Amino acid sequence: MTATATPVRRPLHPPPVAASPFPYNPGSLLSVDDLDIKAVSTLLARATVLENLDPLVRDRILLKRRVALLFYESSTRTRTSFELAAKSLGADTTLVSNLSSSIEKGETLKDTGLTLRALGAEAIILRHNSSGAPWLLEQETRLPVLNAGDGMHEHPTQALLDLRTILAHLRPGVETVDAKTLTGVTVTIVGDILHSRVARSNMFLLPRLSAHVILCGPKELLPDSAANAGPGISVERNFETALRQSQVVMMLRIQAERLAGMQLDLAQYKDAYQLTGQRLATQAPEAVVMHPGPIIRGLELTAGVADGAQSAILEQVRHGVAIRMAVVERALTANGGRA
Amino acid sequence: MNSLVIRNGHLIDPAAGVEADKDILLKDGRVAEIAAPGKLKPANGAEILDAKGLTIAPGLIDIHVHLREPGQAYKETIATGTAAAAAGGFTAVAAMPNTIPVNDSPEVTRWMQAPERGASIRVYPIGAATRGSKGEALNDFAALKSAGAVAVTDDGHPILKDGIMRETLAAAARVGLSVIQHAEDTRMTQGASMNAGPTAFKLGLRGMPTEAESSLVERDIRLVTELRDARVHLHVAHTSTAAAVAAVRQARRNGLRVTCEVAPHHFLLTEEHIGQYNTNFKMNPPLRSAADRDAMIEGILDGVVDAIATDHAPHATHEKEVEFELAPNGITGLETALGLCLRWLHKEWKLPLGRVLSLMSAQPAALLGLKGRGTLTVGSFADVVVFDPKAEWIYHAKETRSKAHNTPFDGWTMQGKVRWTISEGRVAYTGD
Repeated sequence: MTATATPVRRPLHPPPVAASPFPYNPGSLLSVDDLDIKAVSTLLARATVLENLDPLVRDRILLKRRVALLFYESSTRTRTSFELAAKSLGADTTLVSNLSSSIEKGETLKDTGLTLRALGAEAIILRHNSSGAPWLLEQETRLPVLNAGDGMHEHPTQALLDLRTILAHLRPGVETVDAKTLTGVTVTIVGDILHSRVARSNMFLLPRLSAHVILCGPKELLPDSAANAGPGISVERNFETALRQSQVVMMLRIQAERLAGMQLDLAQYKDAYQLTGQRLATQAPEAVVMHPGPIIRGLELTAGVADGAQSAILEQVRHGVAIRMAVVERALTANGGRA
Repeated sequence: MNSLVIRNGHLIDPAAGVEADKDILLKDGRVAEIAAPGKLKPANGAEILDAKGLTIAPGLIDIHVHLREPGQAYKETIATGTAAAAAGGFTAVAAMPNTIPVNDSPEVTRWMQAPERGASIRVYPIGAATRGSKGEALNDFAALKSAGAVAVTDDGHPILKDGIMRETLAAAARVGLSVIQHAEDTRMTQGASMNAGPTAFKLGLRGMPTEAESSLVERDIRLVTELRDARVHLHVAHTSTAAAVAAVRQARRNGLRVTCEVAPHHFLLTEEHIGQYNTNFKMNPPLRSAADRDAMIEGILDGVVDAIATDHAPHATHEKEVEFELAPNGITGLETALGLCLRWLHKEWKLPLGRVLSLMSAQPAALLGLKGRGTLTVGSFADVVVFDPKAEWIYHAKETRSKAHNTPFDGWTMQGKVRWTISEGRVAYTGD
């Protein structure tokens, strides 16, 4: 790692890293790593079943079960989608946001979680601005915790809904997935990778189905070390080169709220990384264009591309409700939906 | 006055070059006599400790602890911190000045040493280098020294300005004090909570680059070089990167008085041990890569590292039960240092017992000029640790004498069990 490290004289056999005790609750979904491929497959299949169920039958599944949404950041898609998903299954939902709650008065995440549990919450869906917060909440409450986005870390349900979107386009009719399902598929994720939990969840999940993930962006937003974050991941600085290899291109918003003083030349950024109709037509005329939202038209992609024929952006949103129904059901069923 | 005889033990005193079965007589707080087994004629009424099968060594010395008094007694007090130290075999600790108020005055320095604090062992205050540790105006080092300070540092607020650091080194040298630097260019570590690299990327945490440490060590060494004054002593606190150890090694080859310490967690753990945001693995400097960790082991084995120091940093439980990025830096270390050093440096990596003990007593004493400590020759302070070097045991954080439980080593196997810790002739700790 460090060039100046002196060579080690003998094998050192240092103390090993302890096995992770997480997740404590089998219903939790903290990271895409919590799901083996079989569990991913089960969730995808279950999403389809739930989506097609008669709504009056579906809302018996979790009738009057209590689900809390605990949101420390603003959200449109994720919050509404989780809420609709839980309600479609008959659950009662309650929203606690960092504004207009005791969080504003200085209550800690631990205490807010314990309070929600005491109020009868059987699962907590957490959106938090700090990486790792869902692990803390799960450890303290031992409730099923669903990670709805933690800081710059993960957004596992987004990766699942992205996978469902990719399958709908590239593997229509495929009901179950395995370690080879995405062989030959290259997914390029473009832009502010450093601050993106969507990028991380996708780059940890998709290669396990044999997809190749290319990360593309400028050094400030994509450190070289990202290539070592896991198998099946590479870094490509040139957008055209990446696009040419891609069946899927995921555009990301620049997260101004997380730049932490970083100065970015937006004109230069757009020159190199904006997805324009021209770039798409010449480099990847068949690729599926995705974006987790919110999109900033005219920055990471043009309005024409966002509304264009290759765009699957609103489909992603639709897939989100189905996936989240399956994830919420898994959280509240006794064995966590595990085989 | 009291006298104490330790019989039938095996004395290891690295500074004196002694490794032999000896009986030892402690009287009036000093070592009175050392003799072959059975040859001591103690006066009537002397307390006798039977050290059969045990090792007798100079009491351990930790030159980097945070005792949190004055100002943060809810985390730790001088009484509880030194009780934990005594349980760990320590007979002297040097306390960092990041107290509230900052220890930048003779008043606070004296207050910390007052008998009312209830210390079990000797406490050496380290004074702040600059007023309020703000890195602007130098304190009166002569006054701090005469109040009992053994070194100066701004610890967690490293001195970044070249001019101030140069003045600090020069002024401290004039009064015979060491300058300790927590080497971190804080301009490179804003908002960061762990080591920079693939693990930080994976966890979505902002990272502290290794250069934040090594560049400041290199800058400080350059200042020492330019001062051309043999009295200047720079001590690099809690070294954690291969590059920093390499810089110290080079400085020593160049004949400079530059020393460094390594904490047990930095020669045992890596950033991978953080696991899923375990705040008991969050400290500053952070746990680094395996290559850096291995370089700490190498530095200890090859002798460039001068001391093991724990950076004992107690925090209240509620302060660590928060989001990783919000949790304060630091872990406790006084009760686990000897057990970890013997289990790993000695047993696993074959560093001779005498070398391990030297790194924890004779060398730190020499480094800060603690006269009469770190050795057990006649006339030196009766600071002794008696321990079973072979005994293995499990450390349980809930049994700690510290107020704090923030250790990454809960449940770890330790080697070497302290039977007695004797501070200036008084038994400060009795183990089972």
